[in-house]
Amino acid sequence: MQEPAITPDLIEAHGLKPDEYDRILEIIGREPTFTELGIFSAMWNEHCSYKSSKKWLRTLPTDGPQVICGPGENAGIVDIGDGQAVVFKMESHNHPSYIEPYQGAATGVGGILRDVFTMGARPIAAMNSLSFGEPDHPKTRQLVHGVVEGVGGYGNCFGVPTVGGEVRFHAAYNGNCLVNAFAAGLVDADKIYYSEASGIGMPVVYLGAKTGRDGVGGATMASAEFDDTIEEKRPTVQVGDPFTEKRLMEATLELMETGAVISIQDMGAAGLTCSAVEMGDKGGLGVKLQLDDVPQREEAMTAYEMMLSESQERMLMVLRPEKEAEARAVFEKWDLDFAIVGETIAEDRFLILHGNTVKADLPLATLSGSAPEYDRPWVEPAPAPELGDVVGVDPIDGLRALIGSPNYCSRQWVYEQYDTQVMADSVRTPGLGAGVIRVHGTDKLLAFTSDVTPRYVKANPFEGGKQAVAEAYRNLTAVGAKPLASTDNLNFGNPEKPEIMGQFVFAIKGIGEAVAALDMPIVSGNVSLYNETDGQGILPTPTIGAVGLIDHADHLIAGTVREGHVALVLGETKGHLGQSALLAEVFGREEGDAPAVDLEAEKRHGDFIRDNRDWIDVCTDLSDGGLALAAFELAEAAGVGVQLDSGDTAQLFGEDQARYLVACSFDKAEALMAAAGRAGVPIAFVGKFTGDTVRMGGSEAPLEELSALYRGAFADRLG
Amino acid sequence: MKAAVLQFPGSNCDRDMAVALRQAGADVTVVWHKDNGLPDGVDLVAVPGGFSFGDYLRCGAIAANSPICKALVAHAERGGYVLGVCNGFQVLTETGLLPGALMRNMNLKYICKSVELKVETAESAFTEGYGAGDVITVPIAHHDGNYFADEATLASLRDADGIAFTYLDNPNGSVADIAGILSENRRVLGMMPHPERAADPAQGGTDGAALFRTLVGQLANA
Repeated sequence: MQEPAITPDLIEAHGLKPDEYDRILEIIGREPTFTELGIFSAMWNEHCSYKSSKKWLRTLPTDGPQVICGPGENAGIVDIGDGQAVVFKMESHNHPSYIEPYQGAATGVGGILRDVFTMGARPIAAMNSLSFGEPDHPKTRQLVHGVVEGVGGYGNCFGVPTVGGEVRFHAAYNGNCLVNAFAAGLVDADKIYYSEASGIGMPVVYLGAKTGRDGVGGATMASAEFDDTIEEKRPTVQVGDPFTEKRLMEATLELMETGAVISIQDMGAAGLTCSAVEMGDKGGLGVKLQLDDVPQREEAMTAYEMMLSESQERMLMVLRPEKEAEARAVFEKWDLDFAIVGETIAEDRFLILHGNTVKADLPLATLSGSAPEYDRPWVEPAPAPELGDVVGVDPIDGLRALIGSPNYCSRQWVYEQYDTQVMADSVRTPGLGAGVIRVHGTDKLLAFTSDVTPRYVKANPFEGGKQAVAEAYRNLTAVGAKPLASTDNLNFGNPEKPEIMGQFVFAIKGIGEAVAALDMPIVSGNVSLYNETDGQGILPTPTIGAVGLIDHADHLIAGTVREGHVALVLGETKGHLGQSALLAEVFGREEGDAPAVDLEAEKRHGDFIRDNRDWIDVCTDLSDGGLALAAFELAEAAGVGVQLDSGDTAQLFGEDQARYLVACSFDKAEALMAAAGRAGVPIAFVGKFTGDTVRMGGSEAPLEELSALYRGAFADRLG
Repeated sequence: MKAAVLQFPGSNCDRDMAVALRQAGADVTVVWHKDNGLPDGVDLVAVPGGFSFGDYLRCGAIAANSPICKALVAHAERGGYVLGVCNGFQVLTETGLLPGALMRNMNLKYICKSVELKVETAESAFTEGYGAGDVITVPIAHHDGNYFADEATLASLRDADGIAFTYLDNPNGSVADIAGILSENRRVLGMMPHPERAADPAQGGTDGAALFRTLVGQLANA
């Protein structure tokens, strides 16, 4: 086949800027081949190179005594004691999901699961954080159905429980939905596998599914803004097969048991290219690939297509040659491809052969290490204007507006489509707060949460960044867990706009401060930029996924409210209504500043909860919708009414941070209040759980009626 | 008491099933689908949940034609005990060991939640730990759990007291609210709900534990 000539149009179509192309010429001292241009484009696009974000990502705290492996590998790894570790990461699949929701979401889940089991860990929990446009926007319903079915279709078949997540709606996502997938796995700390190749002349082995033309150019697509030609990009979305992924996982873990693996890397974005370069670069080696040996699903594939294909469910491994027969047998058992496609070489070369021709011959270390890095101009976000007057609402009317809205109603319609219990270790499934999984065969529990409040981040990127971490900290704390570490999935608009870059810079500053103060270092993450359509950016959405440890099942706080329980608010209530859920849902106003986050108070209050769990039957954090929504959710889950003394709008719906709602018996409440007094932690009696109505101040409605509204609203609007 | 748990590519409740059986005291071996025979002296063969062969073609259809399922059918024909849960139930209908078929859920969606089941008969090694009419809570998790059988088959199931469990609030459109059925000799049980997910207090419910306890106990004494 005649390869296209390298023209300015072709260069632009590969997402490479003229100065970036000049740099390529400088590095190789000649015009690149078509395949080489494709390889550079794959390595240097925003998605793979983090060229706009790297400078700022480096500022994030990533260390701690609990951290075994921070960012830079497939996923982060954290010690959970007894020689065990938890491996986790969150990653976006936004652009593909908007183009083809089922497959985009499904392969997002597939990619993150592969990141986890590539390191030797068996996936034990998944979450997903989803942001959609307005519920009534013509595309939203189809996206919700497709994405939810895609997430479920992949995770359910693979066999990992989905334990939590978020679903939100906002006009800013009309043209760009967000699909952020999280996975965590369990590994013995002495059986972790990394991507660093070692040894010269070692076989490079291709594992898993065959290579097709799907996803060619996907990573470049994911690094561009959308416009009305978006439908034309459908062929760049890859197709997932969870059945193959499940076999690939079992075969990979079995293979690792044989001791055959020197290093291993999954093929994600720009599959063969990125995985081979990554392994070679980490090991200071070159890599030679013979593409004729790559298992192919389609006929007459070119070197360009094979190097850029994003076919799913594939891995690349550097093998101990003496173990070849044993390794091959494992893959034959699982009916998966196993093919030696190249070898490690001493020279610093990335040498691609196809037929009898050299299709690419590039300096590997430079290809990997010299991706452009930009210090994009940014402007400090303007302070949010002060909030104008807010008229009081009847508390029940306010509550109805929240629990009847797609943003704050029950997510049952969504999570009932996910297998939440496979592996039979699910202790707390989705619904209220963090998900909890038992560490198989032990009494230890792991808690998982994912959080961000994009309205806050838009109004005040710094406080909003802090808040995302603080809310994750509180959700883990509320089940009695000690937060261990976090993963960040940073979704923003076009970084070439200084105000968007300013949001990014300040959100990172906020996240960095919070993870340092709360000892939840960032151990892995992902950046998704250019989330814009026709120049309209999304709300800045830095999703924080976090993991906490409960060292013994007895220390779990997971009770259900009972008749006669006292309701206490721990933490100070000032009645902050700026950017609140009430303001947005009832008044359609997104105004005022985000609530300030006092990290010292967050830490003190969190420690207080963990130290006093004996007095706490039920606990939940206060966030969107404030006390009113949290109290309703606890009451609704238990089928017991609630009476809150206050009828004041700001007291009930304010979103001050560092607060928890605690329910317990009267005796325990006395002890808890005394302990709070000694610890200097603000605590207030706010009402009690009783009867079969919800009463706030002088306003009252039957719990059953509110419950029906809460449970039915999602399906009514979007089902 | 010796139990074998079958493992197909795509099975994902095999470990869960083995754990529940071991907790109840069984000696459990996991058996690969390409094996031609079961281990000697197996009393019970459990066919676990999951997506055997990716649910391609039809749920359970490819698994039902695997080498190990020939041994499974022979085991059942010798009067051996068989428990099929979820995808395992689908496999059992595909092998013909149980009548009827499992179709796509009526709402066309995957459903995972805890449901209430009525124990229709206590007359089997699987269900005698319950009383007939007892209501138990057990999770379901399936896309194709909508049980169908024609009128004649239903009549013979009823005549033979072959309906083991029914849903109180039918989640998937199953005919006659059927959640689980027994073979004529009462030694093969297929059910869509997952008792192995309600067999331990940490899972939030233990209503499924009695099934494993009495089954293992019965077969140990047999």
